[in-house]
Amino acid sequence: MALKKLTDAIAKITSVKGGSAETPAPNVVDPLHRELREALSADRVQVEGAHMSLMKRDASVFDGGVAGPLCYPESAAEVSAIMKIADKYGRAVVPRGAGTGLAGGAIPLGAPVVISAMKMTSILEVDVENRIAWVEPGVINLDLTRHLGQFGFHFAPDPSSQQVCTIGGNVANNSGGPHCLAYGVTNAHVVALEVVLPSGEVAVLGGIDAEPLGYDLRGAFVGSEGTLGFTTKVAVTITPNAPDVRTLLLSFETVRDAATTVSAIIAAGIVPAALEVMDQRITEAVEAYVGAGYPTDAGAVLLAEVDGLPDGIAIDAERIAEIGRANGATDVRQAETEQERALLWKGRKTAFGAIAQIAPDYYLHDTVVPRSKLADVLEEVYAIADRHDVLVMNVFHAGDGNLHPLLVFDAREPGKLDAVHAAGAEIVEASVAAGGVLSGEHGVGVEKQAYMHRMFTDDDMDHQARLRRAFDPDCRANPGKVLPMGHSCADIQSLRSVPEKVWG
Amino acid sequence: METPLLTVDDPKLLAFAEAVGAEGQVSVSGNRTRWLAGGALAEHTRILQAPTGMVAYSPEEMTAQVRVGTTVDEFHAQLAEKGQRSALPERGGTIGGAISVGENAVSSLGRGRLRTAVLQIRYVSADGRVVSGGGPTVKNVTGFDLPRLMVGSLGTLGLLAEATIRTNPIPAVSQWLRSDDADPFAVPAAVLKPSAILWDGSSTWVELEGHGVDVAAERRRLGSIGVFEEVDRPPALYANRWSLQPSELRTIDSLATGAFVASIGMGTVWAENPQPARLLSPEVALISRRMKHEFDPTGRLNPGRTVGGAE
Ligand SMILES: Cc1cc2nc3c(=O)[nH]c(=O)nc-3n(C[C@H](O)[C@H](O)[C@H](O)COP(=O)(O)OP(=O)(O)OC[C@H]3O[C@@H](n4cnc5c(N)ncnc54)[C@H](O)[C@@H]3O)c2cc1C
Repeated sequence: MALKKLTDAIAKITSVKGGSAETPAPNVVDPLHRELREALSADRVQVEGAHMSLMKRDASVFDGGVAGPLCYPESAAEVSAIMKIADKYGRAVVPRGAGTGLAGGAIPLGAPVVISAMKMTSILEVDVENRIAWVEPGVINLDLTRHLGQFGFHFAPDPSSQQVCTIGGNVANNSGGPHCLAYGVTNAHVVALEVVLPSGEVAVLGGIDAEPLGYDLRGAFVGSEGTLGFTTKVAVTITPNAPDVRTLLLSFETVRDAATTVSAIIAAGIVPAALEVMDQRITEAVEAYVGAGYPTDAGAVLLAEVDGLPDGIAIDAERIAEIGRANGATDVRQAETEQERALLWKGRKTAFGAIAQIAPDYYLHDTVVPRSKLADVLEEVYAIADRHDVLVMNVFHAGDGNLHPLLVFDAREPGKLDAVHAAGAEIVEASVAAGGVLSGEHGVGVEKQAYMHRMFTDDDMDHQARLRRAFDPDCRANPGKVLPMGHSCADIQSLRSVPEKVWG
Repeated sequence: METPLLTVDDPKLLAFAEAVGAEGQVSVSGNRTRWLAGGALAEHTRILQAPTGMVAYSPEEMTAQVRVGTTVDEFHAQLAEKGQRSALPERGGTIGGAISVGENAVSSLGRGRLRTAVLQIRYVSADGRVVSGGGPTVKNVTGFDLPRLMVGSLGTLGLLAEATIRTNPIPAVSQWLRSDDADPFAVPAAVLKPSAILWDGSSTWVELEGHGVDVAAERRRLGSIGVFEEVDRPPALYANRWSLQPSELRTIDSLATGAFVASIGMGTVWAENPQPARLLSPEVALISRRMKHEFDPTGRLNPGRTVGGAE
């Protein structure tokens, strides 16, 4: 079991360090801690307290990290100071936003200094002429969109976690969301970044001019999962709010019919703003949770949204309805009011919250398959879950083939977690075998490292490691992530360099 | 379980890798429409051609896997048969040339930037191996983003061999309009999604695309800022590309562009004169130097060319 092995390995790495964050030896003045406090302020460097245990994990199922000192810098200069102090003590650093990552990206390995973005939450500038906004990394995704509303704009990437996740986290994970089908994921909406390298230098990558000079280091940084440095300022593009929008709800007897409809819509040359599918199990959960108005007797529902000018979207909406009917839609409904539409989206975006009502634990997977393979792979996903006796629900960004099989379970049941990991491994395998990729938006983190060799050769991964070393030659930023051990330059060394009996 | 599914076995790519080999200074020429970008090539550099031809085109996936020696014109002709196009610039070059230079299409407001359209990239490394980065699907965040790094790298990190490009449907209607009295800077607020806004200091061209009804509505709205007439094509572009912030175009008179065509809302300027040298910040230069050293330690790939002056 690859994943099991990985979790064990992480536990091992972190356990040899001795000493835990919550139980510092009394009266020991740790010099690392002292220097960090001098560089920031006493209250913005923490080594104990309830917060520390929250830092051990993110929203994934992985556990076992040990956090070193937790820092709340307020400026790039402070982040730079943290980097230099950590370097002096040979400690790794891990950037952290809201901790909603689902691949274990923010889990601290090797007792790193945790750099939190939570005190860098200003929207610095909205520049309508250049259609960008400069924001600090701790700005919450939805807060940015709300702020831009007064200018008639929004930030296009809208992860379901947008009420809590940060722009810095979105950049690091190259996050997507339901509305990234037509508008593109975070990479398409970030033009420049101020980043602090692990060595403490502050660099501005990219630019707001048309074709910034030099290598596209901006593009290399987006999606790098905190392994290249800490971003302290982000120039995002702002997207004008569409004058009109139509939201259709199509019901189907089977998930296959819904999936076939999705690929038929795309094949017809329509690029809707969003195309989201939910199966019956998740629809029932959502209805019990928020009562959004989804039919619970349908085998699957498709939420299709088109936005733009009123006449054109009327044409697209009509064609989507026709294609749906031709592919077995049993009902096609259009949201008549903004409230109705908002409620449908609320249902879609709180789908994961709804799960908590059903079972205490869930594992949300994230793979992409060619759209034309959606129906086949989904059938396989159900069969795999059945074989392992695990409940699976599907709610996903169907328009770009991005599957999110949600395995729902109770970890206290003996053997259940193993079954969940086994089923997950087969789902990943089935997706890659269908011509897909390991992750559409959650990233590799610790979760998918063991599968990297399914997509990439040793040479491919060697070149990824080279890209990384150009930013972080000693691999001190978020070690142990993305590339499997052995490919990740000096990661292993920096994971081992933590002396015994220090914080973390 | 143990071998990657994406091992490259295309004989044309393997032959290209063999030709690149692991020794000697080497470069690739396309149609030489941007041959001097990044500086003149060192003398005695061996010059190869990248492999050509479509590998796999899946209109229903909106992706096309193509060898980069193919010209953009040929590529777009094949896409057009299925009612599609891409973000590649239609200015006479090869796909590899366009990606190496990182040049956007004239209608980049509508087609998107080239750097987001390259989904997967295959290149021959300085030690003569075929390396793949990115993935074949329209959405993918697996691993470090080598495709982004390769766009605009002028072949200094690897010699491009194949790319998977995102394709887009050709809109029902595409229309170029010209006005001699409109304020070009008023266009972005007047219409929702122009595909291009060009300005040569006196006339303004706007490309509108989409459903006929929408184009007609947008055209009516343009009427509020000037008299627009339909024209066959956009103005001819000058050879030198400048990169400015969109807001800097307001004061373009103060710059030594000579005659120009500027892309409003984007900041690209095609000008008679070349843009004065820009400088990388010391920090960016440092990362760039390390990048070059990591990918091409002996400096054999496109010697003489630099990206932004980073050695
Ligand atoms: C219920 C739920 C729904 C979700 N839905 C979606 C979805 O629809 N689409 C989607 O893409 N994701 C989704 N996610 C995943 C997650 O919310 C995103 O990946 C999000 O962008 C992470 O942001 P964060 O602030 O929580 O980052 P964290 O989890 O704190 O960190 C994520 C990674 O970013 C790095 N990082 C954070 N801040 C910085 C910084 N300033 N500089 C450098 N690196 C940094 C960290 O080191 C880590 O590797 C969902 C998660 C949950 C729990």
